[in-house]
Amino acid sequence: MADGPDIDESTARRWLGAFGRFWWDFLVGDTPELLIGVVLVVGVLALACLRPDLRTVIAFAAPVLVAGVLTLSVRRAARRPR
Amino acid sequence: MLIAAAPPTGAFVLVLAVFLASTVEMVEALTIVVAVGVTRGWRSAFEGVAVALVALAALVLVFGPALVHYVPLSALRLVVGTLLLVFGLQWLRKAVLRAAGLKAKHDEDAIFAEQVAELSGSPVVATGRDATAFTVAFKGVFLEGLEVVVIVITLGTTAHRLGAAALAAAAAVVVVVVVGLIVHRQLSGVPENAMKMGVGLMLVSFGTFWAAEGVHVSWPGSDLAIPVLVAWYGLISWLLVQTLRHRATLPAPVPVPTGEGADG
Repeated sequence: MADGPDIDESTARRWLGAFGRFWWDFLVGDTPELLIGVVLVVGVLALACLRPDLRTVIAFAAPVLVAGVLTLSVRRAARRPR
Repeated sequence: MLIAAAPPTGAFVLVLAVFLASTVEMVEALTIVVAVGVTRGWRSAFEGVAVALVALAALVLVFGPALVHYVPLSALRLVVGTLLLVFGLQWLRKAVLRAAGLKAKHDEDAIFAEQVAELSGSPVVATGRDATAFTVAFKGVFLEGLEVVVIVITLGTTAHRLGAAALAAAAAVVVVVVVGLIVHRQLSGVPENAMKMGVGLMLVSFGTFWAAEGVHVSWPGSDLAIPVLVAWYGLISWLLVQTLRHRATLPAPVPVPTGEGADG
């Protein structure tokens, strides 16, 4: 009976670790530049949208910025030794 | 009803994205399940698949409606859009690198052979449930399916079309299972990279659309912007593939002797 709580704790820790690893691999993996780039792009869009007259113009900038993030990440991967 | 569902154009792209994503992931899961069935027996493999599918469906049923009811749409779109952008860019980046020949393509035959070799190592259980077969089949389907669950929940809840997204995913599972039962082997002929490229394009397009809407960007043409975004990212991806392929065919630069060390 004394082992009960320990087993529960270690199981919970294992599950939490697996859950954290899943989201880390899912969002970061070997491409941290994508997460950083996307957060920066969304941040820039949010700041620009503080001026309501810019909200339609920004719609054209958003895909250009995202394409820039993709291009940088692909170029970074292409430079890596295979 | 606080919010209207996504109009037909967005809904079509949404269903297509979920169906293709689900198909790709289930083709990969099928390879594992067939390897398990061939080496360890089909009963335990099918039990593992069934339990995994029930668990995945339960995740959609629990988290999907909860997100719709308890999270404000603006916040949901911002978070989901950002998530889809990161996730979609990962898919698109891999697909571009594979199309350009800079990354090895997913080889179902090689994965099948590797799985069979691994599973043949331990003795097969003659009666009752084979724990190895059950676990490997369960993990294969559950882990591949988790990505689909995330796509179904994020796309489905944000567009208020959770039912359509879940049905599209279920239809893909049925199609892959039926084809798998007919051909009785892994589906190595499926153009996985082209499908992954398509899914990546759609996820990035939805991600851009919703993340921007989440911060109050006004899209000209409303949801008609989504197919335009798909075309834009398609063009960018094509240009990237062409540039990388062209660069790969160029001869390597000849190092010029300087008489100094490499760092000098």
